[in-house]
Amino acid sequence: MNKKLTEKFYPGHATCAGCGIPAIVRHVLDEADCPVVVINATGCLEVTSTLYPYSAWKVPYIHNAFENAAATAAGVETAYRALKKKGKIKDKMKFVVFAGDGGTFDIGLQALSGMLERGHDVLYVAYDNEGYMNTGGQRSSATPVGADMETTPAGKKSSGNKLPRKDMMEIVKSHHIKYLAQANVAYIEDLRKKARKALETEGPSFLLVLQPCTNVWKFPTSDYVKIGKLATETNYWPLYEIEDGRYILNLKIEKPKKIEEYLKTQKRFGHLLSPKNKELVKNIQENINREWEGLIERENGGIVEQ
Amino acid sequence: MNKGSILKHKIKNAADTGAWRNQSPYLDKKTCIGCGNCVKYCPDACIVLREAVKKGKKVKFANIDKKFCKGCGVCAQVCPVKAIAMK
Repeated sequence: MNKKLTEKFYPGHATCAGCGIPAIVRHVLDEADCPVVVINATGCLEVTSTLYPYSAWKVPYIHNAFENAAATAAGVETAYRALKKKGKIKDKMKFVVFAGDGGTFDIGLQALSGMLERGHDVLYVAYDNEGYMNTGGQRSSATPVGADMETTPAGKKSSGNKLPRKDMMEIVKSHHIKYLAQANVAYIEDLRKKARKALETEGPSFLLVLQPCTNVWKFPTSDYVKIGKLATETNYWPLYEIEDGRYILNLKIEKPKKIEEYLKTQKRFGHLLSPKNKELVKNIQENINREWEGLIERENGGIVEQ
Repeated sequence: MNKGSILKHKIKNAADTGAWRNQSPYLDKKTCIGCGNCVKYCPDACIVLREAVKKGKKVKFANIDKKFCKGCGVCAQVCPVKAIAMK
């Protein structure tokens, strides 16, 4: 057993074999050099780590409801500040929220917006597995175009999800917070670096981490790292951070792979490889190219806002 | 009013996730270069790097504790020298 990595989050949780969420949690919490309080939204992580009568958490942990993880964090942080002012707590503490894409993009968006706007000193980590995986794989607003999900099945008349992903990074950036970054669980060193920066930031910070889901994306349990790397190598999931409104691209792939290489590794995109969906794949590729060019433009533009 | 519940971390209550395994990782110590890739990516933090002295040189190698190992095979996939085999 790895003592250093299990200091705050112990095994014995029931995440699927080959799930990357525990790796995200361990590496983010490992970067904290002071006591942390974890706040969790409902989602895969919550239901698997707190199976009665066991809790995998060795740090103070609070779960409230699906939509209010950020509001709960704001409350906990305010209580800490009040107690510190009275001299009842002397230690420095950090507050970390873990939420899935459902609890961030859809259900918890309002609470998150409020927390960011009020400027609480909280790190919000959203692990993005592109759907409601905990309940069987329903579509969320993070689901990419063409994915075969439970509520958007692909068949004779449909080619999966039609609506594009919500651009969460831009939404969070519009709150003018000091630090936010897009990371990938397959690039752990990069994720740790970003987690350290985010924890050092005074005020709210946000991390969006890609988390390939073996169960609903339908790939072998051993492949989460391989598929995560492919997502970045095809420019589908670029790694970048936004510090004080300034864009920094962390990894520029010289020759990005074609999106087909990423699509063919997962069965949820299996139907896209048939000839009748050629046009759709072409559209997806064009979208990715356009978004990447947009990112480069924004990086070269330097300080865009503020 | 019921004020919710507090669960305390007790290792003896942990689910025996080792029982899920239908294949197990086996490490070939001779091939292992001690890069630590498997340590980073193991979802259950089952792997540690150990140090040993071999022919007067300090070498590092991975050590797999299978108590909570779910047998997913991520360690074998990320190993750059294919020192871990799933059997």
